[in-house]
Amino acid sequence: MSSEFTKLFELIVSASLINNFVFTRFLGLCIFFGVSKKMETAAGMSITFTAVMMISAAFSWVIFNYVMVPLDITFLKIIVFIGVVAGIVQASDTIMRKVAPGLYYKLGIYLALISTNCIILAVPLVNAGEHYNFIESLAFGFGSGIGFALALVIMASIREKIELADVPAPFRGLPMAFVITGLIALAFTGFSGLITL
Amino acid sequence: MAQHSTNTINYKELILNGIIKENTIFKLALSLCPAIAVTSGLKNGVLMGVAVLFVQVMVNATISLMRNFIHPKVRLPIFMLVISGWVTVTDLSMAAAVPDVYKQMGLYIQLIVAFASILARAEMFASKNKIAPSMADGIGMGIGFLFALTVISFFRELIGKGSLWGFPIINAKPLLIAILPAGGFLAVGMLMALFNWIDIRFFKKGAHH
Repeated sequence: MSSEFTKLFELIVSASLINNFVFTRFLGLCIFFGVSKKMETAAGMSITFTAVMMISAAFSWVIFNYVMVPLDITFLKIIVFIGVVAGIVQASDTIMRKVAPGLYYKLGIYLALISTNCIILAVPLVNAGEHYNFIESLAFGFGSGIGFALALVIMASIREKIELADVPAPFRGLPMAFVITGLIALAFTGFSGLITL
Repeated sequence: MAQHSTNTINYKELILNGIIKENTIFKLALSLCPAIAVTSGLKNGVLMGVAVLFVQVMVNATISLMRNFIHPKVRLPIFMLVISGWVTVTDLSMAAAVPDVYKQMGLYIQLIVAFASILARAEMFASKNKIAPSMADGIGMGIGFLFALTVISFFRELIGKGSLWGFPIINAKPLLIAILPAGGFLAVGMLMALFNWIDIRFFKKGAHH
């Protein structure tokens, strides 16, 4: 039992730090550069992302293993997963509006943004490719979400400071954000080799 | 965006628009994930660019042919279905044709489906225009993307491995950082700054973004 927990812990650490989606797998960059200008939006976005990632990981695992594998249609996984993700996003949008209107006004706008985001779609695709079991899939979704949240919060806090700095004109805006991300990514390579799975 | 609804469609301008004025990566800063993920080598970068070019042209052509039969309320799900269909075609063909490259970047080929730029062109252009201009638009956007990937991967492979397309060019110790993940971000940042600098220096349009 304890080795089982160790493995899950390792999976979460590896998904969030070592193979961080933003810094080593380069996914979700559009959103990453888009919403990391302010701390408040970054925090809201990371909560929404982590939740949607775990839910979509769970749903697509069930569909992949109990519908697509028996029917031998795994080659359709791209089409099916994007449908599942879009469906979940739409559903959570509607449910949140009815059940928790306060939360909806804070996080609702992010929901619309994430339906076609590559980072959400990557979780089920990786889960299917690595043949994770149900709990492992959930752990991978959770770890990836935490990793993305960490990246967003680090980036947002740096960019709030950069606003006040005197950046050379050609570097102003996105180029500077890229250079900063490169430096953070360099720091994150320090995590590689922490755990070997 | 200028509307090209008249009969006099300037194809040259249409194609150049995608390559220079609305370059997906350097100007619009969309679809950045593969721009960094697969550009550690020239070969991977070019193949990825070709895959995107193919998907963009085919999606634009399909949407343009279907544009009169799609109900406006369900257009986005249908666009997604068309895109993921063509991405599946590309994914399976590349897995069969270039298995060694596919092993490294299979995930990113599958994720072409989530490209904002492809959906945006289908929505903004192909659903309103005839098939020939739609394909020209797709070719322009695709070549713009291919061009960006080629430039980035050219510098990264040259500096990081001292080779091009796998052939050794420079006989010196390469700078490993260029092919590390961090190098990808730095390279894109520097190239964007370079393009901005050219704009400011020679066209005096002011900094972008």
